[in-house]
Amino acid sequence: MTDRILTTLMTEHPTDSHTLSRYEAAGGYTALRSALTMKPEEIVEQVKASNLKGRGGAGFPTGVKWGFLAPGAERYLVVNADESEPGTFKDRQLLERDPHQVLEGVLISAFALDVHRVFVYVRGEYPRPARRMQAAIDEARGAGLVGDDVAGSGYAIEVSVHLGAGAYICGEETALLNSLEGRRGEPRIKPPFPAVAGLYALPTIVNNVETLANVPWIVTNGGSAYDAIGPEGSRGTRMFSLSGHIERPGNYELVMGMSWRDLIYDVGGGVRDGRDLKAWIPGGASAPWFVPALHLDTPVTDDDVGRLGSMLGSGAVVVMDETTNVVAAALSIVKFFAHESCGQCTPCREGTTWMEQILERILHGAGRPSDLDLLLDISDNISPGLRWPPAMTTICPLGPSAVSPITSIMRHFRGEVEEMVMAGATHV
Amino acid sequence: MSERITITVDGKELEVDPGTLLIQAAQDHGTYIPRFCWHPRMNPVGMCRMCLVEVEGPRGPMLTTSCTAVCTEGMVVDTRSDTVKKAQEGVLEFLLVNHPLDCPVCDRGGECPLQDQTLSHGPGESRFVEEKRHFEKPIAISDLVLLDRERCILCARCTRFSDEISGDPLIEFLDRGTYTQINTFPDEPFASYFSGNTVQLCPVGALTATPYRFRARPWDLEAVESTCTSCSVGCRVSVQASHNEVLRLLGVDVEATNHGWLCDRGRFGFEYLRSPGRLSAPLVRNADGELVESTWAEALDAAAAGLRRVIDGSGPAAIAGIGGARSTNEEAYAFATLLRDTIGTPHLDAAVGEAPDPLLLTGAANRGIIGDLETARTVLVWGPDLKEDLPVLYLRVRRAATELGATLIVAHPAPTGLDHCADHVLRYRPGDGAGMLARLTGGDDELASVRDALAEGPVVAIVGRTGMTEDPGLANAVAAFAAGLPDARVLPVAHRGNLFGAIDMGMSPVTGPGRVALDAASRGRDTTGILEALDSGEIGALVLLGADPAADHPSSAMARAAVDKASFLVSFDLFVTESNRGADVIFPVDAFAEVEGTVTNLEGRVQKVNRLVPGVGQSRPAVEAIADLASRLGGSIPGTAAAIADRIRETVPGYDEVSWTTLGWGPGRDGVVVSASSPAPDGSVDGSAPDGMALHLGRVLYGDGTMIAAGPSLAKLVPAPTARLHPEDAERLGVADGGSVTVTGDGGEAELPVTIDPGLLPGTVAVPANLGLSFGASPAVSVEAVS
Repeated sequence: MTDRILTTLMTEHPTDSHTLSRYEAAGGYTALRSALTMKPEEIVEQVKASNLKGRGGAGFPTGVKWGFLAPGAERYLVVNADESEPGTFKDRQLLERDPHQVLEGVLISAFALDVHRVFVYVRGEYPRPARRMQAAIDEARGAGLVGDDVAGSGYAIEVSVHLGAGAYICGEETALLNSLEGRRGEPRIKPPFPAVAGLYALPTIVNNVETLANVPWIVTNGGSAYDAIGPEGSRGTRMFSLSGHIERPGNYELVMGMSWRDLIYDVGGGVRDGRDLKAWIPGGASAPWFVPALHLDTPVTDDDVGRLGSMLGSGAVVVMDETTNVVAAALSIVKFFAHESCGQCTPCREGTTWMEQILERILHGAGRPSDLDLLLDISDNISPGLRWPPAMTTICPLGPSAVSPITSIMRHFRGEVEEMVMAGATHV
Repeated sequence: MSERITITVDGKELEVDPGTLLIQAAQDHGTYIPRFCWHPRMNPVGMCRMCLVEVEGPRGPMLTTSCTAVCTEGMVVDTRSDTVKKAQEGVLEFLLVNHPLDCPVCDRGGECPLQDQTLSHGPGESRFVEEKRHFEKPIAISDLVLLDRERCILCARCTRFSDEISGDPLIEFLDRGTYTQINTFPDEPFASYFSGNTVQLCPVGALTATPYRFRARPWDLEAVESTCTSCSVGCRVSVQASHNEVLRLLGVDVEATNHGWLCDRGRFGFEYLRSPGRLSAPLVRNADGELVESTWAEALDAAAAGLRRVIDGSGPAAIAGIGGARSTNEEAYAFATLLRDTIGTPHLDAAVGEAPDPLLLTGAANRGIIGDLETARTVLVWGPDLKEDLPVLYLRVRRAATELGATLIVAHPAPTGLDHCADHVLRYRPGDGAGMLARLTGGDDELASVRDALAEGPVVAIVGRTGMTEDPGLANAVAAFAAGLPDARVLPVAHRGNLFGAIDMGMSPVTGPGRVALDAASRGRDTTGILEALDSGEIGALVLLGADPAADHPSSAMARAAVDKASFLVSFDLFVTESNRGADVIFPVDAFAEVEGTVTNLEGRVQKVNRLVPGVGQSRPAVEAIADLASRLGGSIPGTAAAIADRIRETVPGYDEVSWTTLGWGPGRDGVVVSASSPAPDGSVDGSAPDGMALHLGRVLYGDGTMIAAGPSLAKLVPAPTARLHPEDAERLGVADGGSVTVTGDGGEAELPVTIDPGLLPGTVAVPANLGLSFGASPAVSVEAVS
C-alpha cells in the first residue's frame, strides 16, 4: 500500500527536490502531459472518484466543489497558500520543497476546470515559499509548461503568485478573494459562493495547496487507487503538522485511521521529557481540544473526530503536556483570534476581545466566580448553542473558532479554572 | 412585475415581491426587525448582525441576517424565537461594551437608534467590567464633519454612502478587529459635497457636523417638512429649529426627488438666516444720500412716490423688475403682478443672464421627470456640471449609471463630476457646441458608438447651459434633437432655486403666468436687456426681488455700472448686496423657513415650503410688502400668501390642481407636476469656437453669493478661483501649474493662478462662473502669461 504521495521526492532528494530537472527526472509533469490528452470532464471524474477532500480545513470533497463551478467565458482557479492556522506548516514545506508538484496539480486542475488564469495567494510571512513557487513557474514557462501553449497542446494558462499582507482571515476563501482584488480582507456573505461569483465576481474555484498537490498522483494512478488508500471518508494520505510539547515535532505524511495514541506516541515520539499528556488540539487552533481520558484511543479520521466534536481541520496537532496552564493556553489562542478578527461582525470584533480581557484577568489573579459562566455566555452569543459544527452569529467561522478553546477548558478543565479564580480572589 | 411569492413570518403568511429583502418584506407587513447597518437606499452588508432571524433550512432553523436574505417562495422565518432574541440581545451587549455611553452630551441622544434599540431589543444590563477601548476624539475629518471613533459602531453606512451613492470614497475602514475604525486617507480630508448625509445616516453620534454640534437636544427641536430652495431640484427636507432659530436641515426620503439625500450646500446653507448682516428694518435713502433705518410706512411711501415719479415722467416701461429665484411662487406671482399689472411694464425677468431660454425651461418637448432616470437605458447629460450645479440630480444620474446600468453620455466643454461614471464623454471647445451637435447628428464615424447608445431607449436627456459663455440656443437645439430620440424624456435644467416657479408665475419677459408665451408686442427685455437699457437711460427705475445681477450676471462689471445708473431703485432683500447698495428703498423680507408657500422644481413639480420661525426684526413676508406697495400705486394684490395661492390656482394655467391643502399629505406630499407647456423654442443653432482661446464659465457649488458668504460653515469652503488650462496651452504661454495668467473678455478681465487640466481640449480656459469675476458672455477671450 502506498503510504506516501506528496513527500517522496523531498525525502529522497532533500537538496534539489524543488528544481524542474529533479522533478522531471522523477517522472514529473508526465501526469500533466497525459491529462492534456484527456477530456477535462474525465479528470474531474477521476478527482470525484478519488474522494479527495480539501486539506485547508473545511474538508469539503474537492470533486464536488469543482462540480459547482458555474459556466462562464472567464473563470479562475485560486490556490489558497495563505497557510495561517496556528500549528499548521505543511503547505510551506510543499511549496518550498516540491513546488513543481504543486504547480503540476494546479495546471492539471486548471485544465480540468477550463480555466486559463490562476492566482497563487501566498501568505505574506512566506517569502521563501513564494519565491520557490515563482521560480517553479518561471522554470516551467521556460520548458513550455506554462504559457500560451502548454506542452504543445494549445492549452493556454497564466499563473501569478500574489503575496498576502499578513492577515489570518485571508485564508478564508472569500476574504482571500477580496484581498486579491485589492480590497480589505473581509469575508463575503455567502451565497453567492465563489464557484458562482468569486474573484472579480466571476466563477472561481479556491483550493488548498496540499489538495492540489494530490492531483498529479490521482491522474497518474486513477481516482479509484486514491480511494483505496485509508479508511472510508478519509481517503488518501494527509500531511499532519505535529507541534507543541512533543518529542519529534514536524510534518508527517500519513494514511489516516491510526489512533491518536499511535500518532502522538509512535509517530511523534511521545510527550516531551516523558511527561504526561494533558490535552491536544486535533486540527488547528480553531478545533476544540481532545483529552487523553476520552480521545486517546479513538481513530484519526475526519468522521470520528467530527463525531467527537472537533475536526482534523488543517492537520495541525498541537500537544499540551501536564505542565500546561489551560487558561494561559486558551488565552493565547483567543488573543490570536481577537488580533486576527477582521472587525466586520459585531459579535466577533467585540466578543473575542472581551473574552481575551476576561482570561487575562483570570490569569492575573483578578478573576470573578461569575467569569466562567460569562465566558460561556459570550461564547454562546458568538456561536449559539455551542454545538459542533458551530452555529454562528457571524459571517465567517473566525468568531466561533475563538470559542473552541473556551468551551474546551470549560468542558475538560473547569475545576482548574475555578481554582485559579478562587486562588486569585483570595489575594485580591 | 413577476408573480408574488408567499413567505411565512412568525406564523403569518405574507405575499411579497420576489427579490425583496426579508427585512424589508417583514417591515412592509408590520414586523420591525432591529438593524443598524442596513439602509434601504444602500446595498446590504450584513455587518452589524442585529437583524438576525431564524430561517428554516434543510438542517433546521438557521440564524440569518434578514438584511441579506432574499425572500424565496415558501421561506419560513421566525423573528421572535428564543434563539433570535438571545442573539439580538447579544449583539446589542457587544455593541455597548466599547461604546462610551456618553448619551448626555451626545448630539444623537434622544434620537439614537442605538439607544432606541437597546430599549426595545437590548439585554437591559451589561456584564462588561473591563477597560473600554479608547481613541483620540473627536477628530475633524473635514471642515464640516467631526468623527468620534469611540461612539462608532462600524456599520459602514457612511463609507457605503460615500462609495456607492456619492462616488467620493474618501472615508474607509482602517485597521482591523477591535481597532477597526473609520478614517480618512492621509492628507485627503473628507471633502465631499455630500458629507452631511453621512452625519444623518450615522446610527449613533459618531459623526457630527459643526453647524449643529452641541446646539440643541432633539426633544427641544420643532420641525416642519419643507422643500429646499438652494437649487431647482427641490429636495424634501425637514427643517428643525429651537428657540425660533433654524439649527439643521435633514433630508426626507421621497422617491420623486432626493431619496433622502441632500447636498451640503442645501443642508448647511441655512446659517444666513441668523447672520448679523441680515436686514432687520426698512432702509430709506435720506436727503444726505445715506441709507438709514426707517419705518415700513415711510419706506413704502418713499418707494411708491419714487416709482410714481418715474411712471409719470417716463411711462411705466421705464421701470423694470428682476426677481431672484429663491422666492416662493406666491412671492413671484405678487412681484410679477406688481410689475406687469400695477405698474404696467413688460420688462421683467427671473434670470440674470445665466439661465437657458425661458421658453426651453417651460416648453421643452417630451418633458420628463427625475424619476424617468430609474427606467432609462441611456442618459444624455448636455448641460451644467450637475455635481456643482444640481448636486442631488447628480446623485440620481450617478445611480442610473452605476446601479441601474444605464449608458451615460456627458457632453461638456470641461471635465465634470459625472465623467467618472460616463460611458461616453463628448468634449468640445466653448462655443463649439453647435459643431459637436452637428457631428453627433451628422455622420461622424467617431461618434457612431454614441449614436448607437442614443438609439437605445428610453432615453433621458438632461439639457441646460453648460456655462455662461454658451449660446442659450444650443440647449434649445440639443433639447429638440433629444426629444426625437427613442422614448425620449427631456429634462431642461437651470440652477437657481425657484427659477421654474418664477417663470411659471410670469416673471419672464417672454411668458406670462402659466408658461403662456407672450406675443411679440407684449414681450419685454430680459435682464441683460434691462441692464443695457439702464445703461443707456431708456430704463430709469429698477425693482429687485432678492436679485443681485451686479454679482450674478456674467458681465457683472457691466451690471454693477448699470444698476448704479438707476435713477430710482427699490429692493426687497435679506441683505445689502452689490446690486442694492445704491438703492433708494430696501425692504427687509422674510426668508426660507420664515414664509409659507409653494415652489416649483425643474420637473415642474410644485411642492410646499413651510414656515417654522419668525423673520428678523421688522422683516415681513415679501407678499405683504409687495401688496402694500401695489396698493400705494393703485393696484390690488392679495396681501397674504394663502390668498395669492388661491389666486394662482384660479388664474395660472396648469396650477388649477395645486392647493396648499392637497400638497401636505397623501399623494400630494410628493407635489404636483404641472403639465402645461408653452410651445418648444426654435431648435436651430450655429456658431463655432473662437479662433483663439475659448472661455468656459461653469459654476462651482460654493460660489460667492450673499447667502453662502453670510453663513460661516459654507463661507470657508468657497474656493479661490483659478484658470484651468490644457498642458499644451500652458506650455505655449510659458506658464506652469501655479503660475499666473490674465484672462480678458469683452466684459472684464482677471489675473488668475493657473491649474493644469489635461481633461480640457487645447484652446480652452475654464474659470469658475460664480466667484465674483466678470468676463462677459462671449467665449472669445485672450489669455496672457503674467511674468
